[in-house]
Amino acid sequence: MSTTPLPGIGVQYDLTTREHRHLSVIAHRDGTRSVNVYRPDDPDACAHSLHLTSAEASSLIDALMPDHHSPSVLHTTDLGLVAERIELSAHSVWNGRVMGDLRLRTETGASVVAVLRRADAVPSPGPDYRLAGGDTLIVVGTREGVDGAAAILGRE
Amino acid sequence: MHSAVFLIEFGAIILGLGLLGRFAGRLRFSPIPLYLLAGLAFGEGGLLPLGASEEFVAIGAEIGVILLLLMLGLEYTASDLVSNLKTQYPAGLVDFTLNALPGAIAAFLMGWGPVAAVVLAGVTWISSSGVIAKVLGDLGRLGNRETPVILSVLVLEDLAMAVYLPIITALLAGVGLAAGSVTLAIALGVAGLVLFVAVRYGRVISRFVSSDDPEKLLLVVLGLTLLVAGIAQQLQVSAAVGAFLVGIALSGEVAEGAHTLLSPLRDLFAAVFFVFFGLHTDPSSIPPVLLPALALAVVTALTKIATGYWAAKRAGVGPKGRWRAGGTLVARGEFSIVIAGLAVSAGIEPMMGPLATAYVLILVVVGPLTARFTEPVALKLMALRGNGPAAPAAAPERVEARVDVRD
Repeated sequence: MSTTPLPGIGVQYDLTTREHRHLSVIAHRDGTRSVNVYRPDDPDACAHSLHLTSAEASSLIDALMPDHHSPSVLHTTDLGLVAERIELSAHSVWNGRVMGDLRLRTETGASVVAVLRRADAVPSPGPDYRLAGGDTLIVVGTREGVDGAAAILGRE
Repeated sequence: MHSAVFLIEFGAIILGLGLLGRFAGRLRFSPIPLYLLAGLAFGEGGLLPLGASEEFVAIGAEIGVILLLLMLGLEYTASDLVSNLKTQYPAGLVDFTLNALPGAIAAFLMGWGPVAAVVLAGVTWISSSGVIAKVLGDLGRLGNRETPVILSVLVLEDLAMAVYLPIITALLAGVGLAAGSVTLAIALGVAGLVLFVAVRYGRVISRFVSSDDPEKLLLVVLGLTLLVAGIAQQLQVSAAVGAFLVGIALSGEVAEGAHTLLSPLRDLFAAVFFVFFGLHTDPSSIPPVLLPALALAVVTALTKIATGYWAAKRAGVGPKGRWRAGGTLVARGEFSIVIAGLAVSAGIEPMMGPLATAYVLILVVVGPLTARFTEPVALKLMALRGNGPAAPAAAPERVEARVDVRD
């Protein structure tokens, strides 16, 4: 990894991979990023240059992190069970409603095993537990059940 | 009553510029030529002479120049400038020789005086960093190997402006050699001092200016800039240089903040400045200078291509990238007009304004095109000449301007 200052624009970070492909990231001063890959026939020229906002760059970093896992926290796909984190948006109809209103287990067979709220986790929330926007629910069930739960939780 | 007429006139100008700018945006090219043309269309010998807003436009134009230079200074930190000067000065010298001299020679050929020659040298010398930065972004070439080379040429030109502007200000003021040397010594001394202080104590200055509240930051930076520009003007150093040095002295977070706050102001007043320049150029004076302007544009486009080629070669960039670097540097724009504007307001050479206008109109439009097409055209020509396109050189290890980050 090496850096080159680009006066008036920002800083460029270069990386040459083990396969001798060269890629670079430009950190613009306004917080946006450009990701560049180079042409095999002209190693000085960008074949593609993607301009990312800071939010898009964060998502990309998440996906690139070597220790990043799939949303599933249970690697039990071979048993037919999955566990996923599902975030409740602030616009969700469930914001401020209680767990019982969801009727998740009845509808989908999936269970909410925990709710993560900011820094603390609430294990096995009861039917009178009140949800809030921004909560992350850990849902366990079959693939279809969890997908169904995600659809219900996603209602706005 | 007078103020009503003024508001109507000035409002119409600004609105017209806004619509022109939108039109330019749709065509994806710089609005500068359209602003110039708008200025030509009104004013002296144009369709509709302006009366009431003339004076305000003149002051606005002056503020436009100051803000253009301030923002240029904010783009770079003092250490950027110093490190570029250390590593890239040969490219700067080649750039000066190849691009300033044709302007000076052209002025002599047209029978103009030495002062006009120095001014025209500046007009053909300085590339437009604004247009070029935009073109690089649009073409997705920010990550290219030749881009740091292009940028360092631009940085050196901008740094050279700090020396060059006081020289022409002194020349245009018509001071004698002795007085001129004193002025120049003062200018260079001040510029050197500011650079030194900015490298050493940039943090202290920035802390003095710094403010969490955007409103106060805007007022402090703008006030400081205008004040320093005025004092510089009073010392015969040139207001623009004063503003540029303020920009250099501000660094870090303050520079970022000031940049975002002042951008809209800069856009407004810079547009007013281009219109003002057009206003003071009589459209009927353009056709006679069209041929010299065209010839000068062709010659200096080729010399810029040569400059970029040479600078990129020196940095170890492959042949294709060298042509790209050359083609990208062709665009001239705001600073050519700033330099010519100083001459026009001093009234040295009546043809200077029309010539500079025509010249910039040509190159600001052609520049983005050469940036795009120089490489394929050059390679085709090479192939036709039978020596075939050079094989892309294996990328040599870049040595200069690199810091290895161990992580």
